[in-house]
Amino acid sequence: MSNQDVSGSGGASDRFRELYFTEALREALAEEMERDPEVFLLGEDMGVYGGCFGVTRGLLEQFGPERVRDTPISEAGVVGLAVGAAILGARPVVEVMFMDFITLAMDQIANHAAKFRYMYGEQARVPLVIRCPAGAGRAYGATHSQTLEAWFLHVPGLKVVAPATAADAKGLLKSAIRDDNPVIFLENKVLYQSREWIPDGEFTIPLGRARRVCEGGDVTIVAYSRMAREAEKAASILAEEGIGAEVIDLRSLVPLDIDAVVASVTKTGRVVLVEEGTRTGGVCAELGMRLFEEAWDSLDAPIQRVTAPDIPIPFAPELEAAVIPTAADIAAAARALAES
Amino acid sequence: MDKTLLLKWFYQMKLIRTFEEKSAELYAYGKIGGFLHLYIGEEAVATGALATLREDDHLLTHYRDHGWALARGTDPKPLMAELLGRVTGVSKGKGGSMHLCDPERNFWGGYAIVGGHLPLAVGIAFAMRYQGTDRVVLSVFGDGATNIGEFHEALNMAALWELPVIFLCENNLYGMGTQVKRASAVPEMAQKACAYGMPTEQCNGMDVFSVYGAMQKAVQRARAGEGPTFVEAKTYRFRGHSMADPELYRQHDEVEAFRECCDPIESLRDHILREKLATPEELEQLERQAAAATEEAAQFAEQSPPPPLEALYEDIYAQPLDGPTAGKERR
Repeated sequence: MSNQDVSGSGGASDRFRELYFTEALREALAEEMERDPEVFLLGEDMGVYGGCFGVTRGLLEQFGPERVRDTPISEAGVVGLAVGAAILGARPVVEVMFMDFITLAMDQIANHAAKFRYMYGEQARVPLVIRCPAGAGRAYGATHSQTLEAWFLHVPGLKVVAPATAADAKGLLKSAIRDDNPVIFLENKVLYQSREWIPDGEFTIPLGRARRVCEGGDVTIVAYSRMAREAEKAASILAEEGIGAEVIDLRSLVPLDIDAVVASVTKTGRVVLVEEGTRTGGVCAELGMRLFEEAWDSLDAPIQRVTAPDIPIPFAPELEAAVIPTAADIAAAARALAES
Repeated sequence: MDKTLLLKWFYQMKLIRTFEEKSAELYAYGKIGGFLHLYIGEEAVATGALATLREDDHLLTHYRDHGWALARGTDPKPLMAELLGRVTGVSKGKGGSMHLCDPERNFWGGYAIVGGHLPLAVGIAFAMRYQGTDRVVLSVFGDGATNIGEFHEALNMAALWELPVIFLCENNLYGMGTQVKRASAVPEMAQKACAYGMPTEQCNGMDVFSVYGAMQKAVQRARAGEGPTFVEAKTYRFRGHSMADPELYRQHDEVEAFRECCDPIESLRDHILREKLATPEELEQLERQAAAATEEAAQFAEQSPPPPLEALYEDIYAQPLDGPTAGKERR
């Protein structure tokens, strides 16, 4: 873990540029396609249309229709096709237009991609990335706003990655493409619009290494994806009140950098876990249990979590906003803990 | 046709038959657990179809896969060991009867989720063309798979992109215990390929020559870059869906009638003798060889150890993770 760790295996430049999250992802795709001819893209409306959220805009012109393949609306078929191609040494990157649609491909992910290596031995490997625009906040309603990563933690054989910053989006996506395992890659739709400074040139960020967003001695806040940004804002609110919050951005849920979380909790003795998804059986439920197992002696107060309630995402923007955890919610939970 | 080829087919079909009979016996003795789906009666389909593939072509099948592995040339010993869940099995004892594989022979598995492997076959074909080869993919499934969504997604994409896939449907008249006419709106499975403008071949799956002929056309088309073909082999399984099947859904007379009229091995024997390509003694010699290979496989399997407990945590990820499997110390 490090404060601004974008070094990883690749050498990050000292010079920075300002990019949208979407552009950072596009750079990762383009660089990996340049680097390795086995990398190709598949998905609905990602070529001619440029991707529902514009992530792949321009890549068709750059790499041609063989490598930027528009597909029919056939999530199970397309993910299955990608798994088949991956077994034969290709490195497909599939875009599932909304993470909600990944439900249609669960058979291929859970029964095939995740199982090959175990059932068929080391001869079978599935270097596959499934990119999933996820999350609420854009009034897309109950079927286009979900955050479903918790399901995939429950399937051994998969990796789950969820960047919070543009730099991480680029570096983690590049690592995911180079990984020999199937990777579910979450892209929070609200983050797509954020414009940030990222290092020039090529760099990768290893999967399984958390990022310490800010240091603090009173309370630890653990989050990932969009919620890591909310946690960072919460830390600023708390700082003004004289409460030192240490924010850990997990970056990936599998592999999980539990050591980074335990180290921070050992220092602060208090922890708030945050996720955008629903509460029961969620990522925080797993994280909380891991901390119970591995950091019990260090905990000075009960573990707290801030999550969406166990309800579908409603359409009306006022209702939707009430579902998604905010910096204020996180700050309130951390404040109560720090004062306990 | 070439005598050597026909004798090879006879041996292969006989090997499948004896291997399956032996595995049924081991199942009855409780030495094979779980599911066991026998291929008895359908031997001509795998034998005829695989005779049209090159060694570097690819194969994916449904869970009734023992016969396909044998016809592909997989050693019966590790096959039988897999059925018994032994470490010497083709999948190191972690796959089982329904999940056989032999990557060295480009046999990418038996699949137990009905129809789920059809998109995988399309993906392998996609990769073959992407990588600039002329290799083709044979995707084998039953009549039941034609009713599932992934079947239609796979056929559409393969036809749309003219990929080198052969979709071979083994129509054995029953999806587990449900007759085709009780599950499918159309009686001929090949009718379903027409929606995708895909050429079709129908053949007699109880006749190795008929399967071979239909498959040759399909493979030629795929190899030439002319896209996928749907081949329907009408066949019949002489045994139940699995060893656990009491066969309440079909008449004993029906099974006997098929055995009497259409045993693919007896048909091939008659052909060979009629054409005087071999003597009855020569064929009996081949049958003895098949029986010996089966016995040897059973002995090998029974004498092999089960996988060690350490294997539980092997081959989950390309490199082991610390995190998710760390709980193993605390099981």
